[in-house]
Amino acid sequence: MLLRRLGLGAITVWLVSIIIFVGVEMLPGDACTAFLEREAQGKLLENCREDLGLNRSALVRYADWAGSAVRGDLGVSANGQKQISELVGYRLRNTLLLASGAMLVGIPLALFLGVVAALWRDKLVDIFVSTTAIFAMTIPEFVSATLLILVFSVWLGWVPGIVLTSADAPLIEFFPEVLLPIAVLTLVMTAHILRTVRSSVIETLASDYAQMATLKGVPYWQIVFRHILPNALLPTINVVALTIAWLLGGVVVIETVFNYPGLGRMMIDSISDRDLPVTQAIALIIASVYVVVNLAADILTMLANPRLRTVHMRKG
Amino acid sequence: MKPTDVKARDFLAINDLSIGFRGRAGTMVPVLRNISLTVQRGESVGLVGESGSGKSTLALSMMGYLKTGLKVIEGSVSFDGIEMFSQARKSLETIRGGRLALIPQNSGQSLTPTLRIGAQIAEALKLHSSLAETAHSARVTELLSQVRLPDPSTISERYPHELSGGQQQRVAIAMALAGEPEALLLDEPTTGLDVTTQAHILELLRDLARDTGMAMVYVSHDLGAIARVCDRVIVMYAGEVVLEGSAKQVLRDPGHPYARGLLASIPQLKDTHLPRALDGRPPAPGLVGNGCAFVDRCVIATENCGTARPELTQGPSGAKTRCHHADRVDEIPLIGQREVHERNLPETISLNLDDLTISYARPSLLEKLRGRENQSTATVDAITLALRKGETLGLVGESGSGKSTILKSLAGLLPPLHGTVDVAGGTPLPARVEDRSAAQLRQIQMIFQNPDESLNPRQTIAQILAQPLKLYFGLSGEALNERSAQLLEQVRLGVHYLDRLPSQLSGGEKQRVAVARAFAAEPDLVLCDEITSALDVSVQAAVLELLDDLRRENDTSYVFVSHDLAVVRVLSDRVAVLYQGRLCEIGPTKDVYGETSHPYTEVLLGAVLEPDPDFSPTLSANDAVELSPPKAGCPFQRRCPKRIGDVCDTVIPPRRDFADGHTIWCHRENLQA
Amino acid sequence: MTVTTSYHRPRRLARFGTVISDILARPSGAIGLTLVLGHLVLAFIGPFIVPYDFTEMNSGLMLSKPSAAHWLGADHLGRDTLTRTLLGGREAILVTGIATPLAVLWGGLVGIFFGLAGGRVDEVLMRVVDAFLSLPWILKMLVLIVTFGTGIEVLIPTLAFFYGIPVIRIARAATHDVVARDFVQAARARGHSRGTIIRRELLPNVRDALLVEGAMRWSWMLLAFSSLSFLGFGVSPPTPDWGLMIADARGFMSFSPLGVLAPMVGLSSLIIGINLTADALAKALGIDRAQKAPV
Repeated sequence: MLLRRLGLGAITVWLVSIIIFVGVEMLPGDACTAFLEREAQGKLLENCREDLGLNRSALVRYADWAGSAVRGDLGVSANGQKQISELVGYRLRNTLLLASGAMLVGIPLALFLGVVAALWRDKLVDIFVSTTAIFAMTIPEFVSATLLILVFSVWLGWVPGIVLTSADAPLIEFFPEVLLPIAVLTLVMTAHILRTVRSSVIETLASDYAQMATLKGVPYWQIVFRHILPNALLPTINVVALTIAWLLGGVVVIETVFNYPGLGRMMIDSISDRDLPVTQAIALIIASVYVVVNLAADILTMLANPRLRTVHMRKG
Repeated sequence: MKPTDVKARDFLAINDLSIGFRGRAGTMVPVLRNISLTVQRGESVGLVGESGSGKSTLALSMMGYLKTGLKVIEGSVSFDGIEMFSQARKSLETIRGGRLALIPQNSGQSLTPTLRIGAQIAEALKLHSSLAETAHSARVTELLSQVRLPDPSTISERYPHELSGGQQQRVAIAMALAGEPEALLLDEPTTGLDVTTQAHILELLRDLARDTGMAMVYVSHDLGAIARVCDRVIVMYAGEVVLEGSAKQVLRDPGHPYARGLLASIPQLKDTHLPRALDGRPPAPGLVGNGCAFVDRCVIATENCGTARPELTQGPSGAKTRCHHADRVDEIPLIGQREVHERNLPETISLNLDDLTISYARPSLLEKLRGRENQSTATVDAITLALRKGETLGLVGESGSGKSTILKSLAGLLPPLHGTVDVAGGTPLPARVEDRSAAQLRQIQMIFQNPDESLNPRQTIAQILAQPLKLYFGLSGEALNERSAQLLEQVRLGVHYLDRLPSQLSGGEKQRVAVARAFAAEPDLVLCDEITSALDVSVQAAVLELLDDLRRENDTSYVFVSHDLAVVRVLSDRVAVLYQGRLCEIGPTKDVYGETSHPYTEVLLGAVLEPDPDFSPTLSANDAVELSPPKAGCPFQRRCPKRIGDVCDTVIPPRRDFADGHTIWCHRENLQA
Repeated sequence: MTVTTSYHRPRRLARFGTVISDILARPSGAIGLTLVLGHLVLAFIGPFIVPYDFTEMNSGLMLSKPSAAHWLGADHLGRDTLTRTLLGGREAILVTGIATPLAVLWGGLVGIFFGLAGGRVDEVLMRVVDAFLSLPWILKMLVLIVTFGTGIEVLIPTLAFFYGIPVIRIARAATHDVVARDFVQAARARGHSRGTIIRRELLPNVRDALLVEGAMRWSWMLLAFSSLSFLGFGVSPPTPDWGLMIADARGFMSFSPLGVLAPMVGLSSLIIGINLTADALAKALGIDRAQKAPV
């Protein structure tokens, strides 16, 4: 079972790399036209292409790229000057700061609020939490971000509304600028997970076994913690994974709004600048993270759900 | 405590209880109306009723529990003097599971999926017994043995989904016993279980009641089960008590028209009549008029019955009944009128199965490479039988017998591994639906078990009936409408049903539409896959009657699959008994149900319950559920009470022929019961 | 015995009417539907009711506060904020209004097709879909936009293509669900052709799930569209668009908060309206929507 999942994950990453490569191939121009700009014609162009190996067939180039990527070498940027791995390193770290901040706060908060909203369903707490969640979920991130900047930075002046620290600065220098971006990400993430947790708990509360536990004389809170939550939280593992995946995309917009020097911003810039190798590399990284997260979620679900574990053992 | 004190107080007392929910218009819609009943210590009382009678609500209310949305309109429930509906949750928690325990209907759903069995039972021990925690594990094993589960320590470590239905039910009983309760509430505990499993669990319950002196309230629609376990029986209809008396009184000669109708509609092994159907359906909650709730379906009703609600009055025999005409109930016969004669059927064969072998498992690539595709653990193996024109062949067996699999294969939905099927005239029938000719498609029709699932919820009845009519006969317009109306009339549904959606029909009505749809094709053979199993008892009889009428008119053959031996007996000319996908016995109904039998047939017949308190079933084999057939020898080798020896494990049993085409496959020479 | 022949017509219209009244019966549905209809009406009549030309720049009015002449003030180029806000949804509604049905159509058809195909083909497709969905949406869209430009001839197919992909999963799941049910097996056993089964048995039952999904898709698409405009990859100036307006007015928030607040209200009210309607629609049709993927 486990091996099968790992294998599928690897296949997915491989498929992703093909899609990325094809996608980037579609973009007009290549590293040479971007580098040479106006001078990109005739002999100059040919020479450049030969130098960078761009005149080889697509298949060969793909194999070269993919092969190097597996070994950790993501190639050089379009202007041939920097190692992409170096460039990407700091940016990745910064984005991870945002993402982990959002997850560390968001996931526990979402679980807590979701359960509370379900247990006190239709009461004031629930109405408040659910409505806020709907708002946070449906409004685009850039809107929430801008709104939060307006309130907390412009009007109240508690935190800065824009990030001025450079990409390779030590992490500690990002505070307190990083607070608002993390807050926005947390808001949206929590809202998504919360809604699923809430409906899952509500469904479990109505189950036959919850009723049985009541009729067995089990005290209310024991039912909640021992019978309801372990069952209700199982499907949320998948949603958490999905939300983390969304995070990888949503972080792009947030980084742009706050001018944050992360991977997402870099990706946008590289597309605008036609720095294709960078675009490819970042896309591959993001996709791989997504696949890994999903894999972890699958494994976790398998471990947590006795039905999945034991079917595997009882072949018959 | 003085003896008089104990006797003076009823153990469980329900006093004028009415429970309901707030309807759309804002008024209270009653689900239970003015229920009054008592249960004494050590007594076993049965609550009988069909769907909509309110019996489950009543049982749960005895624990002071109401499902969401229900409220007590008036009345009270007291357990040993304690008013259940005015208790705080904390005190209810001590009683529930402790002094008063519930055994739920569907244990599979009622056990928490993420907790091991042992842990769930230990939870009950922790809450309700004074046993030290270190002693819990031993006690759990003890309880599991008490409910006759083999290998209790292994079961204790398992999760609920790893057990079979019967095992889950026993675990539920063990869990209920953990608190050493003084009374047990049982909500349809044997519904959905195999015949033999059901019989064994009922015996267990009987013994428990006798050994522990617990009071039992047994809720069920199954009169046979009630007869086995209960001293007193209470019959419910449309939310009220309509009959109350001793088991003998209620089950031998009921004093209420509904109870009589119910009894008459149950097929019984000793009776050769077609059971009599009870027309109509119970009124929905809130739609009961001012008079008797049963008035629309009662054959002895008068005008008065429609306007005045009868009271529950005690008759001379001691039984209480709610009827204006209790003195006239004798007019309602208890058995069916229509005899099912042995029919003289022509010898023309309409269907011939030869060595049919079917498997659900798709061989993996590895298995194909090794050439091991056709292992002898196919779901259905080597079925050879023939069906005459106009004949009804019953296929009986428990879960895993492969009977539905055979039907699916005949319908063309599941191609067999090998073997052939021929139709009239020796023409081979292509295995797949896609390969069959239009005529062949029309000739074989199938009716499914669950009427909720077999009709497209988005189509009107008219559209549903139009499908076969258009496909096979190219009807349209006026001709189509005429024929649809005709079909509905044949199944005794009015023309106005054409515009309705399935969700607006009852289960019985939907099944009739399914029958109409099958007969729309004017088929030669109709495959019936447990078509009465999902219906209420009183409705089943109507469908059986309908099938009988239609086959007389159209000379149709049936292959009738069911796990209910009494139902199969009523309708079938010949019966085939299957175990783990292999034929054990086949022959005329009279002979198969007679003295000479395959050991498995004997076990099955012995486990059937009759709604007669003096009847006791014969339990010979245990109720273990087998997951797959044995690799060699007789399929019944592991459970057979009449095993000869090793030959049963290794050699396929030989065929033994008796009179009239009665064949049994068994190693034994002597097959008398 | 006479039987009516025209029972098909009333059935369809009657159901539509029941669903609408069901939605309106719930407060969330009523609010949602009102908001959505309001925006649609505004999109149509907008150009006829605005006080100014949305391109008209008046340097004297730059970032001015609300006044009698300009109820919401003016933006950094002196254009009337009220006008631009009222018109800000038109492009978005046009693009997403066309792209959404396209997305549901193509995703639905592919999903149903592969749901029926089953087996190896189905599994391979799902791997590819999963791989595709693992890339951040913005990356995928930008690749196409940068390649082909930002006109609506690019945006509509791009949005339709990418947002149809999650619909494939939903349609496939619904198809699997329905195909397993007895009435489909019964139709198969009768010998109906595949096409008939799809048309008469499958589609009516899958349709409801797709309708609800379609409503949700619309709201996600609007979100994506406005995000793209915000980042500068969507609508081109001077077309008024809420996303673009927020991007432009961001820098001047401290002077003129209305510049961002007005378009925010416009955008949020439409998206929330769609979500509420989708929720109410799901309940009215009896669809269980426990899983809401943010893609």
